[in-house]
Amino acid sequence: MTDVRPLLRDELLPPGGRPRRHLISIADLSRDDVTRLLGLARTFARSLEREVKKLPTLRGRTVVNLFFESSTRTSSSFELAAKRLSADVMTIRATGSAVDKGESLRDTAITIGAYDPDVVVIRHAGIGAPQLVARTIDVHVVNAGDGKHQHPTQALLDLYTIEDEFGAIDGLHVAVVGDVLHSRVARSNIQALALMGAKVTAVGPPPLIPRGLEALGCDVAYDIDAIRAADVVYVLRMQRERMLPGANYVPSLREYTARWGITASRLRPGQKVMHPGPMNRGVEIDGAVADAAESLIERQVRSGLVVRMAVLYDLLTHGPAEVKVDALQEVA
Amino acid sequence: MSRKTLFGGNGRTDTLTLEGLRVIDPGEGIDECLTVTIENGIVTRLEPGSANGGGRVLAPAFIDPHVHLRTPGREDEEDIASGTEAAAAGGYCAILAMPNTDPVVDSAAVLGALVEQAKTEARVPVGFLASISKGQDGEQLTEMIELAEAGAAGFTDDGRPVVLASLLRRALQYVGVAGGRVALHEEDPALTSDGQMHEGSVSAELGLGGWPSVAESTMVARDLALAAYERRPLHLLHVSARESVAELRRAQAAGVDATAEVTPHHLCLTDESLRSLDTNLKMNPPLRAEEDRQALLSALVDGTIGAVATDHAPHARHEKDVPFEEAPFGVTGLETAFAALHTCLVRPGVLPLPTLLERLSAGPAAIYGLERPRVAVGATANLVLLDLDREWRVEEGSFRSRSANSWLLGRTLTGRVELTVANGRVAYEA
Repeated sequence: MTDVRPLLRDELLPPGGRPRRHLISIADLSRDDVTRLLGLARTFARSLEREVKKLPTLRGRTVVNLFFESSTRTSSSFELAAKRLSADVMTIRATGSAVDKGESLRDTAITIGAYDPDVVVIRHAGIGAPQLVARTIDVHVVNAGDGKHQHPTQALLDLYTIEDEFGAIDGLHVAVVGDVLHSRVARSNIQALALMGAKVTAVGPPPLIPRGLEALGCDVAYDIDAIRAADVVYVLRMQRERMLPGANYVPSLREYTARWGITASRLRPGQKVMHPGPMNRGVEIDGAVADAAESLIERQVRSGLVVRMAVLYDLLTHGPAEVKVDALQEVA
Repeated sequence: MSRKTLFGGNGRTDTLTLEGLRVIDPGEGIDECLTVTIENGIVTRLEPGSANGGGRVLAPAFIDPHVHLRTPGREDEEDIASGTEAAAAGGYCAILAMPNTDPVVDSAAVLGALVEQAKTEARVPVGFLASISKGQDGEQLTEMIELAEAGAAGFTDDGRPVVLASLLRRALQYVGVAGGRVALHEEDPALTSDGQMHEGSVSAELGLGGWPSVAESTMVARDLALAAYERRPLHLLHVSARESVAELRRAQAAGVDATAEVTPHHLCLTDESLRSLDTNLKMNPPLRAEEDRQALLSALVDGTIGAVATDHAPHARHEKDVPFEEAPFGVTGLETAFAALHTCLVRPGVLPLPTLLERLSAGPAAIYGLERPRVAVGATANLVLLDLDREWRVEEGSFRSRSANSWLLGRTLTGRVELTVANGRVAYEA
């Protein structure tokens, strides 16, 4: 039988206007985009060493943080990033809002859209929520985490942290350990690391490593010893709240910790350890490992601010052509 | 089977002459240029004609063995009038409706009310399948004999699997007395508890819960074994996985009276499309991998799968316009089935047009023991006129259906239904 390519729905669609740029998935980015964003973040890091930390670059712009899931570090760092760039920022948390009264995401988006924001930063438990907002209102959308799908700014800040530590990402070996199945951080990081030329190995119990994961650009190993070859051990949070009762992803946390928990004895001296937080100390990571000198965990949090500044700046200045780093520093 | 299982679409009959068209009726061995005369709803003359129809083809009208009319219960999404009007616009002269309504079609009373409603509201004849279990609870068998006497076209718990093998066994035993066919939605719910899409590299990337092929094929294997043991016929609804096709081939070769249907979307799309996270690509069973699509296509071509079924599943816009996991399963299809398959498979040369026409009409008729629509002198006119060259764009506002959750929105298709004659009268004219 003749082999006929399946139809993709986007084919045959009429050419429309150029859509707004968004950051919804790492798949939206090219290697050049990531290099540009990381470079921009480094520039902002230098600017933050000054006494006056605020830059006037996004004065008059409006950033709305729309958080439907609890978050401390992501929402606060987006908020501070927008403020450091002099944007007006409004943070809306779903609890106690119209959402509790049954308002749909689409209607919430339309309401927010009435304020003419430039950027909506959204965190939502539903996969595809950022796309829904992007389809509904004319705004740049930044995905701050959608269900188990993507958390692209987390991956970018992790790349920034790794580059800061090692000088380069290309050629490094990163082991991503734990509950990959339920982790948006894992998906974004595997894609981002592979994009930048790192070798990635996903390690964990078979039920927590999704079938077909290799297509994201990584190897898969079930034996914890596989982490020893890595330069960086990236530990994922055990997403206990996502485990369906009776699903038996792990027979017990005790067994998980015994087989896949990251302890000092399982690490090679000098191996760097990362974790996106919040940590379950004593479950996926030993407390001593988290606090050790090899841990980059606190630096990850610090990177979040400048990377999110870079993302907001980049979206609102329409890409590389308008990034004038020298001019930026002059104004500062 | 002589029992009446189609209702409505009656009334005045029409008289018309269709001149000089390419007529294709694989069942009658016709593929030639003819002038067809219909008098008072009956085909009275077939005369040689010279082609003046351009790319126009006259064929037996289609039968859709799998439609959700949402009536009773969700008439905001579809009702008998809108659903049968959509069917007529898609070239269908008869459709079969699934019983997963509210209330479920699980008693002669509910079925009888629907039959009466169809007699006055249906644009084309409609048949109704009754449920296998009361309230589709998967436990208590319905009164299948009484339901058959009340006009049930078959039995299914579609939307849900029959999880208990013992219940299916009883249904197979009773269907031998009641008549008709048991039709199964094959899904092991223990393997699909978090299932949102086909399990594979795309679901791994998107983070959506996997609905693995084996959740279908293991149930298919079990149920074919039960049908073989009970020596009763079985119909597999909307087959999606290549492993299921393999099981079906084995059973047919062993002499089991097993039939199957496949949807246009499973024949045209794969899980790769899901990257858009468009909820109009969310259906149950899910779109699968390219190897599955190829296996379905081969099985449709060689007749292992005998029918195309739309699984037309209307949903209100506000229910689909939500993040992916919150959206209900199902897409519409009545008004686009022929055009989609013609565009996607016939024009590229993968599926011969006569085969497609057979699987849309005689194929489903045979499965449910319905009279085969045919182009023959003396036959009731059940005909569809197709313009194979006509391009049209699928727009949200262009549907006769009350719902627009089509996987083809915004797409341009080639091939369009120009005229549908159902039960002797013109049911649709473009």
